[in-house]
Amino acid sequence: MIPPIAHFFFRHLIKGPFTLRDPIAPDGNGTVELAAKVGAEARTRLGRSLAIRAVDAGSCNGCELELHAVNNPVYDLERFGIRFVASPRHADVLLVTGPVTVNMAEALKRTYDAAPAPKWVVALGDCGRDGGCFAGTYAVLGGVDTVLPVDLHIPGCPPSPLQILAGLLALLENVSAE
Amino acid sequence: MHGDEGLLHFLSIGRPVAAHRPWPRFTVDGKAWRQLVERMDGADWTLLAEWGEQAEVHAALRDEETGDIAVVSRTSPDQRFFAIGQVRPGAIRLERAIRDIWGLRPEGLEDQRPWLDHGRWPIRHPLGRTPQAAAEAPFIYPFLAAEGEGLHQIPVGPVHAGIIEPAHFRFHAQGETVVRLEERLGYVHKGIAAALANKPIDLAGRIVARVSGDSTVAYSLAFARAVEAAVGCEPPPRAHFLRALMAEIERIANHLFDIGAICNDAAFAIMLAHMGRLREKLLGANAALFGHRLCMDRIVPGGVSVDVDDEGIRLLKGVLRSIAKDFHKGTVLYHETPSLKDRTVGTGVVPATLVHRFAAGGFVGRAASRGHDARKSPGYPPYSDLDFVVPVLAEGDVNARIEVRIAEVEASLDLIEQIFLNLPDGPRQVAVPTRAGEGMGIVESFRGEVLVWLRLSETGRVVACHPHDPSWFQWPLLEAAVEGNIVADFPLCNKSFNCSYSGHDL
Repeated sequence: MIPPIAHFFFRHLIKGPFTLRDPIAPDGNGTVELAAKVGAEARTRLGRSLAIRAVDAGSCNGCELELHAVNNPVYDLERFGIRFVASPRHADVLLVTGPVTVNMAEALKRTYDAAPAPKWVVALGDCGRDGGCFAGTYAVLGGVDTVLPVDLHIPGCPPSPLQILAGLLALLENVSAE
Repeated sequence: MHGDEGLLHFLSIGRPVAAHRPWPRFTVDGKAWRQLVERMDGADWTLLAEWGEQAEVHAALRDEETGDIAVVSRTSPDQRFFAIGQVRPGAIRLERAIRDIWGLRPEGLEDQRPWLDHGRWPIRHPLGRTPQAAAEAPFIYPFLAAEGEGLHQIPVGPVHAGIIEPAHFRFHAQGETVVRLEERLGYVHKGIAAALANKPIDLAGRIVARVSGDSTVAYSLAFARAVEAAVGCEPPPRAHFLRALMAEIERIANHLFDIGAICNDAAFAIMLAHMGRLREKLLGANAALFGHRLCMDRIVPGGVSVDVDDEGIRLLKGVLRSIAKDFHKGTVLYHETPSLKDRTVGTGVVPATLVHRFAAGGFVGRAASRGHDARKSPGYPPYSDLDFVVPVLAEGDVNARIEVRIAEVEASLDLIEQIFLNLPDGPRQVAVPTRAGEGMGIVESFRGEVLVWLRLSETGRVVACHPHDPSWFQWPLLEAAVEGNIVADFPLCNKSFNCSYSGHDL
């Protein structure tokens, strides 16, 4: 009997991957916010590669679902040289979701401190900007910028995978532009 | 047993509250509440949820013999109450949280450690009658001990090594074997009860839709049903079917991702890629049909905020047909890969007795012989018109939780076909009258039973609202499931539970 996994391999050999073929334009708005922040030294050091550490600082898990989606074969984030890493010590970028809760603030700060410089912070989602619909309670500090300096904000509730890709590509272009 | 006295009969010792729908609510004093707790020890009454208010504790109960549901409220002028956690272990964390938030003391509870309060909030007991000054320093949480030669501790989190929500896990291990796992949650506590208080219904609906993002349709549905019950309004038949359509799509999408992610945690990455692609197709169809990939805010009190036309249904039918075909290929791959099943069979076993004691629902319960499903009991439209089977297995291991998910995906695909066949014409929404009242909604999310209780004012504002996540009764069982497994299998067990952090932490 042909093992079922062989069918998957044959299909891919014949028809190719499921990945989107259309080019994805970097998000223009994000670049403006960012341009001043990225030094020439960092550009040469990073090349065209970005390592991202995702931190949930209080999100409802909606943004995480779409972060998982940019890793799926359709969007395939890694083909752009962007990848998620397991430790902040391996990261160039901290990607923070959610309103920052009081209970997560210290963990978020410590994660940031553990990442080596140069480093950037991307706030993902509407809650990351100002706390969203949870702003103002005793348990929420507000947007990510209440705790960390934010370099780029990707809006949406939750942002779609294409919006996330466009935002991250804008970051990459700035980081690697000569 | 204490005879055949039913829940409702027993509760006649309390005072019925007038405008609470669709199930009755009774207020009782401390003595009657204590009798209730003692009676629960021998009665087959399931605790559905427990929450607080400034000077009141509420518990939603279901009599499993008759199916009757009721809310019991213990007025608590002395700021304390007899703990249900003594007879229903699932209530222990709920009652610790009630004390943290509302300052009501659960008497008789052995575990008096704070739960959601980490000693960091600017005030203690923030929604209580007399909030107290902030703690001087964050609490040092005394984890339960495990002692013996060669035992060591492994602290994990709150920031984990993947794209996951935050929580702290403390392992006591002997070599590779987990002797005890203890969870510490509460990191994503957002103060949702405070955020909901005194909000107009539409804003409150947006917040409830974001209690747990993966179950946003289920939460919106439970909220809408609670509002409709409170004001006494009935959505049109077409809305019922469109709601069920979104709910079943959400169930399929989440199960697809879970099945892929569990296999990925057993280092079988192709399943995640395969299921991720199918999920993406479904979310793309969601965006095309409903204007949002997760259908956030698409279910509103009175109906649904968006209708579908024949063109959309044709598109969705095509997408679902191709998903059904490819999903079958995925399940064959799962069943025919012995090296993968070697990791899932017999791993992370939850004993059926525990599942029943904690009244755990969803795939955690169904994989270990507890087959409860809110779509069947209490039931809500349109499911009484549809034909479906709730899969139940007995093994309680990771494999059983995958098999239940597979069967549920197949059942939901079939349900959607029935929804298309029976979809009535007509309006998608009715106006919701502005009226005071109390209501409760219970619906089946992909994870289990979601309950939303609320009280509305005459001006159409939410006075108080409590969303209850099924994870409350599943998290404690994860600790039991991991015991005796190797540390490296924890991600596998954890993903097979896929409890909500945000929905639990509120």
